Amino acid sequence: MFADYSMSELGAIFAMQGFAGLILFSVFVLMALGLAIIFGQMGVINMAHGEFMILGAYVTYIVSNIFAAYMPALFSMYFFVAMILAFIASGALGLFVEWAMIRHLYKRPLDTLLATWGLSLILQQLYRSIFGAREVGVSIPDWMMGSLPLTDMIEVPINGIFVMILAVTISVGVWIMMYRSNWGKQVRAINQNRVMADAVGINTAWTDRLTFGIGCGVAGVAGSAFTMIGSTGPTAGQLYIVDTFLVVVFGGAGSLLGTIASAFSISQAQSIMEFFLSGSMAKVLTLLTVVGILMIRPQGLFTLKLRK
Amino acid sequence: MKSAFLSRSELISFAILALVIFIVLPMALDSFRLNLFGKYLTYAFVAVGLVLCWGAGGILSLGQGVFFGLGGYCMAMFLKLEASTPENTSIQSTPGIPDFMDWNQLTELPLWWQPLHSLAFSLFAVVAVPVFFAFIIGVAMFKRRVGGVYFAIITQAFAAILTILIIGQQGYTGGVNGITDLRTLLGWDIRTDEAKEVLYFVNGALLFVVLFIAQFVRKSKLGRLLIAMRDQEDRVRFSGYDVASFKIFIFCLGAAFAGIGGAMFTLQVGFMSPTLVGIVPSIEMVIFCAVGGRLSILGAVYGALLVNWAKTSLSESFPELWLLGLGGLFIAVVMLFPNGLAGIWTEQIEPRLKALFAPSSKTKATSQSTPAE
Repeated sequence: MFADYSMSELGAIFAMQGFAGLILFSVFVLMALGLAIIFGQMGVINMAHGEFMILGAYVTYIVSNIFAAYMPALFSMYFFVAMILAFIASGALGLFVEWAMIRHLYKRPLDTLLATWGLSLILQQLYRSIFGAREVGVSIPDWMMGSLPLTDMIEVPINGIFVMILAVTISVGVWIMMYRSNWGKQVRAINQNRVMADAVGINTAWTDRLTFGIGCGVAGVAGSAFTMIGSTGPTAGQLYIVDTFLVVVFGGAGSLLGTIASAFSISQAQSIMEFFLSGSMAKVLTLLTVVGILMIRPQGLFTLKLRK
Repeated sequence: MKSAFLSRSELISFAILALVIFIVLPMALDSFRLNLFGKYLTYAFVAVGLVLCWGAGGILSLGQGVFFGLGGYCMAMFLKLEASTPENTSIQSTPGIPDFMDWNQLTELPLWWQPLHSLAFSLFAVVAVPVFFAFIIGVAMFKRRVGGVYFAIITQAFAAILTILIIGQQGYTGGVNGITDLRTLLGWDIRTDEAKEVLYFVNGALLFVVLFIAQFVRKSKLGRLLIAMRDQEDRVRFSGYDVASFKIFIFCLGAAFAGIGGAMFTLQVGFMSPTLVGIVPSIEMVIFCAVGGRLSILGAVYGALLVNWAKTSLSESFPELWLLGLGGLFIAVVMLFPNGLAGIWTEQIEPRLKALFAPSSKTKATSQSTPAE
């Protein structure tokens, strides 16, 4: 299998595929972070998570068009505005959905799954009615185009690097929120023992709503980042949802580090296999491996020790 | 009385369903619509299996499409092999193999499709292949006490895997178009209107067989154990029962029903494709069950018929509204009527009907209960 390639070529292949894997890794991390908050901490299955991401992507699309039409001078910076607006839009929708739907279903996790699936269908249709069934792409600012040559055989695209930096920044942000802020402490307390958390005076209902909102907001930012590397369609969210859930479950629900570790291993495995096999077989093998490992170790890679 | 196979009211419900399927629908519908309802009936097989797994056993599988597809592909491949005689396929570069294999430069039939030349083996495979996979998944998951939402997610991953595999390996599976252009079953043309009508009745009869099996399971000790497991799994385990084995059994049974449904789908509709295997159809199958009532096997049949009928008629006239309607229906059923149509019937309508006919029905009940036993 390797015989046809020289050593340096092989090295370049692995480096390039490894880098492609790193971009995929960033994408997975961005997708999974929101879900790690919502599913990992609250135990809520949000099947509409992908649609929250797509909302962020569409917000970015709108913002880029507005900037292009009215503020062309500031166009190179529009992405940062778009990201903040994406967070606000998805987060606000998340708060509303929690209030209207999720809070009535906390005791019935399987029903949450079904209800949020219904929500995802509605959102998809709304996107299709508003933005059309075709995929839309945003125009990337000039500074994000092109690629950085590392050696004469290895090149890395700048938008990929940008997405990676974004993934790291948001991961650190989520980590600070979860483990260093008062809110994070409350969320983890509720995750460990809801009744006790309530008894010591934590407003569990509000914390739940905020947690769901923030998780959705992070999904919106992820969607916003996606526009840098691909186009957006109404049903794009559905493509990601299984991957995302597997990343979170594989990492061990409730563990942020686990989520990142599993995103790393899944993305690297997939992108390296993709070079030698067809894309679909690489995907199948990756998913099968993940499911196989989950069967041996259902609690995922990293687990919290909890008394339940 | 309590352990009787069918109580009097259940007997009436079964009779009404039989009346609807075998007499009312065939009388009221033209052959095109009847064929559509035949298609819906094949989904009802899956929904009945889901009632056993999910409603009774508390195991929500989001991968029933996998079993539906496996059953359907076994049947489709048998029909395809029958249709691909060397005479019919003489224009191909390799006559005698299915057309999609020829398009993908395959020159001989892969070994694992070979046994499907035989109808007996195909019929066996329609049930055995889904059950085999369900057994493996079930053993791996339930023996390790994986359940609830994790099980749902992993079964969903299987639905994704199988779809990607079928689409990716188009030389062996027909790819995204699926297996199409099926013609005859042992020389009997399945494409004519008469054939579709016959198949509709075969569907209905098989559905009743499945319903009777499901009813038998629910009335047996196993059925009561399943409900006990759903509500208090640990207590059942501490009572000395092997919870995992019961779950595996019921999951396999659900898979077998889904496989039969898939095979009948192939016969009724005339093709099989990955669009019936993936995540979306698998969740839609759960909707049928949820709308009809997750606790009622008959409700699931009505759910499958009604939701699909609504889907067809809505998407014919208002394609935009269908997804909104479906999503709204899903949310409404889950939040307001967790027991679906059957729940509305038993909680709202039946008590009122009883109150209305109270004096007369009481005397009837005493006089007729003896022969029913």
